[in-house]
Amino acid sequence: MIDSVLVANRGEIARRIIRTLRRLGIRAVAVYSEADAGLPYVREADEAVPIGPAPPARSYLDAGAVIAAARRAEAAAVHPGYGFLAENAGFAAGVIDAGLTWVGPPPRAIELMGDKINARNLMEQAGVPVAAGSREPVDGAAAAVAQAERIGYPVMIKAAAGGGGIGMSAAGNEAELRAGFETARSRAERFFGNPAILLERFIERARHVEVQILGLNDSRVLTLGERDCSVQRRHQKVAEETPSPGVTPGLRARMLAAAVRAGEAVGYRGLGTVECLVDTSTQDFVFLEMNTRIQVEHPVTEMVTGIDLVEQQLMIASGDGVSFDPAAVRSDGHAVELRVYAEDPRRFVPSPGLITEWVEPSGPGVRIDAGYAAGNEVTPFYDPLLAKLCVHGSSRDEALRRARAAVDGFRIRGPKTNLPFHAELLDSDEFAGGDYDTSVVARLRP
Amino acid sequence: MTEVRAEMVANVWQVVAAEGESVADGDTLVILESMKMEIPVLAECPGTITKLVVAEGDVVQEGDLIAVIE
Repeated sequence: MIDSVLVANRGEIARRIIRTLRRLGIRAVAVYSEADAGLPYVREADEAVPIGPAPPARSYLDAGAVIAAARRAEAAAVHPGYGFLAENAGFAAGVIDAGLTWVGPPPRAIELMGDKINARNLMEQAGVPVAAGSREPVDGAAAAVAQAERIGYPVMIKAAAGGGGIGMSAAGNEAELRAGFETARSRAERFFGNPAILLERFIERARHVEVQILGLNDSRVLTLGERDCSVQRRHQKVAEETPSPGVTPGLRARMLAAAVRAGEAVGYRGLGTVECLVDTSTQDFVFLEMNTRIQVEHPVTEMVTGIDLVEQQLMIASGDGVSFDPAAVRSDGHAVELRVYAEDPRRFVPSPGLITEWVEPSGPGVRIDAGYAAGNEVTPFYDPLLAKLCVHGSSRDEALRRARAAVDGFRIRGPKTNLPFHAELLDSDEFAGGDYDTSVVARLRP
Repeated sequence: MTEVRAEMVANVWQVVAAEGESVADGDTLVILESMKMEIPVLAECPGTITKLVVAEGDVVQEGDLIAVIE
C-alpha cells in the first residue's frame, strides 16, 4: 500500500479522504489556498502545504503548484477528490510523469470520457443506450438549428467539456435554441476553456440515476448499486438517495449491465460513475456521462454497502485487490444525502460569510461530512457546499424520518443555508412518496 | 438618485455598463460571481450612470457601493 498521499482538494472532500488515510495509517498531506488556511481539513492532515492565493486558477487548479507541493512534502501519491483537477487527463499524466502514484483511472480513460461527444459515440459503439444527439461538436447557431431539426425539439444544450450544469439549458424551439446556444458557448469557453457544444434530445420527465462502478486491477468492472440524484436546482444536485425509489429490479439489472460495458469499453480502473437519465414514462434509460473520479454523493453507497470507497481507490492505485468480496456485495436498508449549501433557501443565491455557530446533528444512522466549523469564513471563491448530511435507515421511511430530525438538529449561523429547503423537501408529498423527477425542485419553487 | 449596492460578498466578473451611459430599468450594470454562480446586478430605475466604482477582478463586500444612477 502507498504510505503517503497528497490530497489535491479542499473542504469536505479533502477532510473525508484524510479521515480514511489516517485510519489506514497513511501520511496525509493537505494543500490549501490563502482563503482556506483555517478550515478543519488543513488542521487534520499530518502536514499542510500552502499552494497560492484564493482564486482557484492560482491554487487548486494550478497543476504545477500541486505537483511541486507533493514533491516538497515527499508524498508518494496524489488523490484529486472531485472537481478542480480531478478530471484533467493532463494533470493525471503529469502526476505519473513526476514519479508519483495517481489515485484515479488511467489518464486515457479520463480523456476518452472527458469530451461528452466522444463519450456518447464510444458508449453507443459499446452497446450502451444514448439519447438522440450530436455526433460531432456544434460549431455555430446555424449548425445547432440544423441538428435540432434532426434530433427533434425539445433539446438540451450542453458544453462538451462541461460539468456541474454550467451553461446547460433546454430549448423547446429555434428562438430558445439560438439564445441558449450563445450562453452555453460563452460559459463553455470561460469555465472549461473549450467552446464545443452538443445537443441532446431532452427528456421531459426524467430521473437522474447513476451507477457506481469500480474497475479492478484484473480488469473486471464491478457495480455497487445506483444512486438517484433527481433532486436538482440549476442542474446541480441537492439531494441523493440509494436505492432509487423509481428503479425496478429489471431496470436496475439493465442499467448495471450497461455500466459494466461502459467501464470495460475504456479499460476503466478505480472508482467511477456512469450517469444515466431514466424516462419515467417508458422506464427506458440513456447514458448521460461518466465521471472518472469519486462522486460528491458517494457516502450513500458507503452507508448501504459498508464499503469505504476511498480505501478501495487507494488499494487499486497501489496495485492491490479490494477490501471486500466482490461476489458478496450487500445493500442494506436505505441512505439519503442532503447537500447543505451556503445559499438563500428560497432563491438559491449564494450567501458567503462568517460562520458564528455550527452545531452538527447526531443520532442513529447520521453521518456528517463537513468542510467547515464555527469561526470559519465561507468565501465566494469556491462552490457553496458546506456539508453533506447523510442518513441511513433500515427502510426509506426510517431514513427520511431520521433525516428530517437531523435537519432540525443542524444549526448553522452566519451564512444563510438551504436547510429550510431540505425540511420542505422531506415534508413534500412528491419527495416523500418517491415518485419524483428532475423537476421536483422547480415544482416546490413555482 | 439611486445607489446600487452589492447583495453579498462576490468577485466582479464583468463590468457591462459605463459611467455616463443611460440605462433602462432592469439593464445589467455588472455581473458578479460568487460560489461559481454568476449574479447580474441590475439597474432598478431608468437614468444616467453618474458613478460606477467597481472594476473587473475587484472583490465587493455585502453592502458595498457598485453604481449611482441619477
